Amino acid sequence: MGYEPQKDFGTPASRSEKMVTLTIDGEKVTVPEGSSVMRAAAEMDTHIPKLCATDNMKSFGSCRMCLVEIEGARGTPASCTTPAAEGMVVHTQTPRIEKLRRGVMELYISDHPLDCLTCSANNDCELQDEAAAVGLRDVRYGYEGENHLGLGTDSSNPYFDFDPSKCIVCSRCVRACDEVQGTLALAIEGRGFESKVSAGTPMDDFMSSECVSCGACVQACPTATLQEKSVKEIGLPDKSVVTTCAYCGVGCTFRAEMRGEQLVRMVPWKDGKANRGHSCVKGRFAWGYANHQERILNPMVRESIDQPWREVSWEEALTHAASEIKRIQEKYGTRSVGGITSSRCTNEETFLVQKLIRAGFHNNNVDTCARVCHSPTGYGLRTTFGTSAGTQDFDSVEQCDVMMVIGANPTDAHPVFASRMKKRLREGAKLIVVDPRRIDLVRTPHIEAEHHLPLQPGTNVAVLTSLAHVIVTEGLADEDFIRERCDWDEYQDWAAFVSDENHSPEKLEAVTRVPAETLRGAARLFATGGNGAIYYGLGVTEHSQGSSTVMAIANLAMVTGNIGRKGVGVNPLRGQNNVQGACDMGSFPHELPGYRHISDEATRKLFEDDWGVKLDPEPGLRIPNMLDAATDGAFKAIYVQGEDILQSDPNTKHVAAGLEAMECVIVHDLFLNETANYAHIFLPGSTFLEKNGTFTNAERRIQLVRRVMEPMNGYEDWEVTQELARAMGLDWNYTHPSQIMDEIARLTPTFAGVSFDKIDAMGSIQWPANDATPDGTPVMHEEGFVRGKGKFVVTDYVPTDEKTGPRFPLLLTTGRILSQYNVGAQTRRTENSRWHEEDILEMHPSDAENRGLKTGDWTKLASRSGETTLRLVVTDRVAPGVVYTTFHHPATQANVVTTDYSDWATNCPEYKVTAVQITPSNGPTDWQESYEDLAERSRRIAETVEAAE
Amino acid sequence: MSSLDHLIYMANQIARNFGTLDDAGAAASTAEHIGLYWDPRMRRMIFGHLAAGGEGLSTVAKTALESLHEKQAA
Repeated sequence: MGYEPQKDFGTPASRSEKMVTLTIDGEKVTVPEGSSVMRAAAEMDTHIPKLCATDNMKSFGSCRMCLVEIEGARGTPASCTTPAAEGMVVHTQTPRIEKLRRGVMELYISDHPLDCLTCSANNDCELQDEAAAVGLRDVRYGYEGENHLGLGTDSSNPYFDFDPSKCIVCSRCVRACDEVQGTLALAIEGRGFESKVSAGTPMDDFMSSECVSCGACVQACPTATLQEKSVKEIGLPDKSVVTTCAYCGVGCTFRAEMRGEQLVRMVPWKDGKANRGHSCVKGRFAWGYANHQERILNPMVRESIDQPWREVSWEEALTHAASEIKRIQEKYGTRSVGGITSSRCTNEETFLVQKLIRAGFHNNNVDTCARVCHSPTGYGLRTTFGTSAGTQDFDSVEQCDVMMVIGANPTDAHPVFASRMKKRLREGAKLIVVDPRRIDLVRTPHIEAEHHLPLQPGTNVAVLTSLAHVIVTEGLADEDFIRERCDWDEYQDWAAFVSDENHSPEKLEAVTRVPAETLRGAARLFATGGNGAIYYGLGVTEHSQGSSTVMAIANLAMVTGNIGRKGVGVNPLRGQNNVQGACDMGSFPHELPGYRHISDEATRKLFEDDWGVKLDPEPGLRIPNMLDAATDGAFKAIYVQGEDILQSDPNTKHVAAGLEAMECVIVHDLFLNETANYAHIFLPGSTFLEKNGTFTNAERRIQLVRRVMEPMNGYEDWEVTQELARAMGLDWNYTHPSQIMDEIARLTPTFAGVSFDKIDAMGSIQWPANDATPDGTPVMHEEGFVRGKGKFVVTDYVPTDEKTGPRFPLLLTTGRILSQYNVGAQTRRTENSRWHEEDILEMHPSDAENRGLKTGDWTKLASRSGETTLRLVVTDRVAPGVVYTTFHHPATQANVVTTDYSDWATNCPEYKVTAVQITPSNGPTDWQESYEDLAERSRRIAETVEAAE
Repeated sequence: MSSLDHLIYMANQIARNFGTLDDAGAAASTAEHIGLYWDPRMRRMIFGHLAAGGEGLSTVAKTALESLHEKQAA
């Protein structure tokens, strides 16, 4: 499609079902009651000049450009703040209005640089457009008077500039920061002529402010005051393609705005149903990794991992890979090989990888990175509700009255949805936070949690059982709902269990460290506060009782009747863009696409008939089991697509030992990641900008990923997998990912109604989508649970075996930070590193004082598994006895210290509880130094070596 | 932890998490879980260990593995 800005209706849409009809410039228009006159005019394609109005914020009425005349009304009201009314007759252009608007515009232009031809916003400037629209021809005041033209530009932010000389003080940036993002970093400082946008810090620049670089202010700015540096450098885009972000599980849709094949900027798509036109610093700006110089674009092979890489043709690499897989299977057996699908890749790509392993490798040794994040969600929600997915859409938050956020840090990890949560909280919804750390949501501008339960890491189940205890014993259970929707006998067993006095908050306080009264207050609020919704993250799943905790959350939703309608539900916040999709696509070793167990003969036959091959009926190996088997000498080759297990998986030394024990490690990725240090074959990957396909976000929403540029390596990832399959002897002939989706729909009942054409027509669709729900399912379990009756599962608290003691007296928990993403392979190769150059250890002041440590000190972080060093920040965000860090940087390798303990049901690693000791340090550990040396040697490429010599 | 030690740990951990059931129920649930999620080699390893006395396995885990082995051998 050609380039044109997204249509701006001036003010938000009204959701009223009552309609009113008015007449604008002689034409009748019918709009929902509550719509502004400006919006009504825009609906009929009549543009009323405006500067301070934009349709993702409340009307403001300050610029005085949108004046209209209304028959029977006095004066010239602002159309943005005037509600449309039945029978109203509006005139948008009269001599009186024309004169007023021109006079206002004249004042604006008298204090604005007249450099339109060289301005970076030339032809993309609302001020310029409206000056033309009102017919301004001259400025009677001249340009010599007092003005702001000499103000300097703030270029501190790496992605956008702030040029106050072009500011018209319309407040759109300030309001975007307040209303859309919810950070409130900006303000209008001063009065009258002195008014100016301020970042509110002593430096008064964006970089030193509270600004989170979401881009909302840039998007809102009607001039070149706030503008992307990329536009300044490249020029305005000339076309755009709507696609889906490849960072977190929110699944924001963007317009990739291009000039030729050069990406100019990513602008959040206003029609995107997941993000509703908002973005974060990653999706909006951190796409520079796509053409980073470290991207590998040619296939490479080497005989052993101590040799330099040798660039080869695609044919040689793929033929070699296939022959190695076959050789190893002949020597060590069919089940001696396997593969890993990626939550960063499309549904179609993950489907093909699992198909290659099941149909080409003839075993079920396929797993996915969801193993180490949300596998307990799949287990827990399938057991209790009957399906492995969250129950709601994101819009549901707008009808939520009480949010319970457990083990999630949405403002850092799911920032766009966090903004929607914050908006609802500012409107009056109540908040309960269950987290060892005082995450930002606990207290942030205009928001304060009613209850923060700072539990001891590892005691989630005990806390949830206590909450249930209060609800049941105080008669707050929704028995009508339970009798109608759940198995009553199972409920009674469960109710008896949680009612036991040993599960009271008072009895468990010594374990959970949550004050009993705080916990009781939270339980009462959740049970009685109206629509209650639970949002959770990896602080729930990445524990030895991750699956139990998910089931305990489901119990809590059922006992309070908070399931099956808008505003409630169980909402797993997925870590990566396509975690949900990768799981849906049959990436787990025990189940085929659509969560059907591999042992089910009927399901297996369906796939066998379609694929023309006999399938192994036995479950395959999970990632940790693959590594164990590798160290035993039984697992010898692996195909890893888009996943860096060496950095992301626990107990790095064990992962390294497993990889080193294999004879053929095939890494298919954008960069020579840490896993590639142990690889024998490297297949270059393509970015989300270079491929077609679909991602499925945390709300089960399937959205199109549209190719906006040619793959720099020559192939989309699904094509590489197809070529590998062909080299293995499989007769695959897909010519477009839509054909793969057709196959998925053919074989998967919950996807039966999904096709690229349908997604394209609807914008997105939430599964299940089939004959029963052709337009998809925004809210699940409305009439009944997928499994029939909701199942209450007794979840007994079983303490983790990872214990603190004299040697390791502190508990380490890990998480993400806003600017970085998982192993950092993408974000570390962008300017986002300006905010987070290294992983930092957070420690409570009392613990730091006991050790004589202060902010900025180098510290050694040691556990039973290993040790690393990193710098310290002393903060009371963490409780005494708890330390926290991120895992974004390979130089730190936080997973050197995490352990082999994992969830009892799914083997999801227990990242969130590691007993550690912190001591002063002078520098990197021996392991860090030797690993850095290994990584450097491993990344040598033969030509480079020869050139150097 | 060796692979076998890891499997013993996993079997015991599964059994412990069914601890609110009576022993027979916990053993049945543990057996079902291992049958559904462990690959054949892992099961063979633990069955081999069981045949050698099953040192380190909890009572419930042992019962579960015995019944699973019997069922799968049938």
